[in-house]
Amino acid sequence: MSITRPTVGLIALALVAVLVGADALLSAPIDPWEVPPPAALGSGQAPAGAHCSAG
Amino acid sequence: MIARRVGLTAFALVLVGLTFAWAGPRAAFLVAIGLGFGLVLEGLRFGFAGPWRAMVADRDARGLLAQLGAIGVTAAVALPLLAMAPNELSGAHAPVGIGMILGAFVFGIAMQIVLGCGSGTLVNAGSGNIVGLVALAGFVAGSFAGTLHLGFWTGLGTLPTLTLQGIAGPTGGLVLTLAGLAAVGAVAWRRAEAGKRIPPVRLWIAAGLIAVLAILNLVVAGQSWGIVYGLGLWGAKVAQAGGADLAATAFWSAPANAERLGASILTDVTSLTNIGLIAGAYLAMRWKSDPGAPPAALTVPSWVAVLVAGLVLGYSARMAFGCNVGAFFSGISTGSLHGWVWFAAAFAGSGLGLRLRPRLLVQRAMIHRGQPA
Repeated sequence: MSITRPTVGLIALALVAVLVGADALLSAPIDPWEVPPPAALGSGQAPAGAHCSAG
Repeated sequence: MIARRVGLTAFALVLVGLTFAWAGPRAAFLVAIGLGFGLVLEGLRFGFAGPWRAMVADRDARGLLAQLGAIGVTAAVALPLLAMAPNELSGAHAPVGIGMILGAFVFGIAMQIVLGCGSGTLVNAGSGNIVGLVALAGFVAGSFAGTLHLGFWTGLGTLPTLTLQGIAGPTGGLVLTLAGLAAVGAVAWRRAEAGKRIPPVRLWIAAGLIAVLAILNLVVAGQSWGIVYGLGLWGAKVAQAGGADLAATAFWSAPANAERLGASILTDVTSLTNIGLIAGAYLAMRWKSDPGAPPAALTVPSWVAVLVAGLVLGYSARMAFGCNVGAFFSGISTGSLHGWVWFAAAFAGSGLGLRLRPRLLVQRAMIHRGQPA
């Protein structure tokens, strides 16, 4: 018997939640006063440069 | 049914709200944009690998023409925006090279074996397709492994980064991009069978929504929609948690990448849209009265083939400076020459992948019926 689609979808979401949770324990915490402005356009800031097309 | 849909809507709002509280407004916007991508891709069945297969195998151009339409609408807004705010926005621009072309060709093969591309693998996993979930695990590992060898592949021979707006100016670049899309569309139209040329309304709506979301992604993130960088970062985070010292690697010691590696995943724009996309695909699947049957059970060697194909997808996407999203969709829509070369190489690879798929993926029932493995 195959595992149902809703169950597999929940497993995918759970794995993402575990990744984000574990990362929160290991990475530098986010400073709420240092978060970037809502949108890059008009912010005056350069983009981070971390993209698939970057080497 | 109504209670479930209320619950799903609440889940989406909580996800965006928690991201806002944890990582700020930009992160929340990007998760919301990712949710939109997932809802549109799964809910309106807009994809990349399937339409390419339909074009080659069934001479059905409808899905491919919808893709080209979405890219054209995005380009019509994105290229002027990039010209207007070059210090705040950046396109998906990468160099054409031998490793890049080889990577795109191999990606095209693998995307037809698992019937999922970069976005498709995330959508499949989120919408409960276990083949997609297994492929996603391979994709994460492969895109991380690709970062470790990127210097080797670019060292094989790489041109400078070229853009159409760099060659022909902002207006000329847009005209060339739209003309190129129209030319590809005309070829697809001519090759398609009668009755398989005009996309249905569903696909036009999906193409329009994808374009709007891609433009919002550029405006909010400051860079184009991507997939692979985030998955490679997830793999790097796992490797680092397992004790790997990535500071000694060329890719992860580069300032922009080292910063992402040390910071929360929720500060990486690509990871945020990836998370939203998986959640959006799940919501679209659960929104339907019937979530659909699970895929047929495969033989053990076929599961291994799916995992390996996912790994190859990730690795080759890194070689190629992006997948169907970062290179094809975002590359072309922001004027990068590598997007066009990626398209040609990956489409050629898709043709080969379509021939390999029936040999590599064997359903259990077929063996029980005595069909060859």
